[in-house]
Amino acid sequence: MPNPSKRKHNANEQAKYQRIASAHVPKPPLARNLVTAFAVGGIICAVGQGVLNYFVSSGMTFDEAIAPTLCVMIALSALLTATSIYHHIGEFAGAGAAIPITGFANTIVAAAMDFKREGYILGMGAKMFIIAGPVIVYGVVSGVIVSAIRWLSR
Amino acid sequence: MADVVQRRVGGSLRFPNRPSIIASSTIAGPMEGKGPLARWFDCVVEDDMFGERTPEKAERRFMRDAIDVALKNAGLEPDDLHIMVAGDLLNQTVTASFTAAEVPAPFMGVYGACSTSVEGLAIVASMVDAGFADVGLSVTSSHYQAAERQFRYPIELNIQRKSTSQYTVTGAGALVVSSGRGPVVVTEATIGKVIDMGIKDPNQMGPAMAPAAADTLYRHFVDTGRTPDYYDMIITGDLGAVGSSILRDLLQRRGVVLGDVYRDSGALMFEGVPGTGVGGSGCACAALTMGGLIYKKMLANEISRALVVATGALLSSLTWQQGESIPGVAHAVALEVQPGAAT
Repeated sequence: MPNPSKRKHNANEQAKYQRIASAHVPKPPLARNLVTAFAVGGIICAVGQGVLNYFVSSGMTFDEAIAPTLCVMIALSALLTATSIYHHIGEFAGAGAAIPITGFANTIVAAAMDFKREGYILGMGAKMFIIAGPVIVYGVVSGVIVSAIRWLSR
Repeated sequence: MADVVQRRVGGSLRFPNRPSIIASSTIAGPMEGKGPLARWFDCVVEDDMFGERTPEKAERRFMRDAIDVALKNAGLEPDDLHIMVAGDLLNQTVTASFTAAEVPAPFMGVYGACSTSVEGLAIVASMVDAGFADVGLSVTSSHYQAAERQFRYPIELNIQRKSTSQYTVTGAGALVVSSGRGPVVVTEATIGKVIDMGIKDPNQMGPAMAPAAADTLYRHFVDTGRTPDYYDMIITGDLGAVGSSILRDLLQRRGVVLGDVYRDSGALMFEGVPGTGVGGSGCACAALTMGGLIYKKMLANEISRALVVATGALLSSLTWQQGESIPGVAHAVALEVQPGAAT
């Protein structure tokens, strides 16, 4: 008769192993990651600010300049993604490259490029938002919740 | 009954008819060509897409070329094969079966994740030893882009590698096994048990597979009565730097010291190549090391006994998203130089 407890390692054994294993896992270089994320994220934002300033200086109001600024940053990110540069920035800067809108644009373009091979309908069209989708869904959901709170507490 | 040949030693298999590896082939991608194992490869392809439109097709080209080169090296035609065993990482092992559609040989597809190369060799060696086949071929492949998009994220996605991440090896390796006398003999195989130690992070494949490798190695040494220094080289498949350090630790706790003869092909594959995490992974990792470094060193008589332990992380993109842990498996084959066959 097979002894069921012998067949699958129990939780105690697993926990003991995970303690042994985690001692071998190198710690992520937290300080380096923080510095590169801060620097690269800052540079991306500075570029965005420069674009915004340009639109304002050429006669737009601040509110008018926001949309075209985002368009320029998204286009720039799409270009850098298509030319295989943005993922290197992401590898180097982590959240510094992921959090700004350029990172968001990268997730959509990267998925579109990848799934194009499965066709424009079932591939690219269906799977373009495979990474960005959750951000949009929960962005809208949290927007509704926050607006509801604001409306109720008027 | 007196003449029954002993084919089982403990839980391991012994091949008394001494099936021989008569040829190998190793076709590697560009990143692999930058690593220290490159000098042992038959061919380094500079374009990892092989001029194809999809990475899946490119992977098939790697496998097809590996088969062609192995047969050429063995001086055989595809019709000569009595059995072909192939495997890869893609869903439904499409690389293996689509490639086999172009090869006129009886075919079995196998899946053992990155342990497939040794799994395939063990099956072919068993068949040749038992007389079911005179000549058999075992081939495996993996492709960085194809594996990445199946198991992880789109290629161009901005994402930072974790400190334990590994990099899928692009390439394919094949071995031709014959019942005739050849330069390298497959002497034993130890088939792995699936072990799940509850590691859930797909970025920690080394830690997920190390317990399986430790179990297979330990059983191999107990079954055969050998110690690690019996071998000139012990190579694990793709534990990476982290996983192989855990393996040493686990075996040491059971009284087995691996020592200097032990190396990991994942860690070796990309030694000094930037952007590859803690080492290579994928079916091709052990296949390229076995058909390249080990086989060629044996041909040159630089080493005479080697133990190859290919390790596999048996996850799918569905299971880890559903929060399941990652079971590991490891298969071992012992190889030795045919006495008197030195070149």
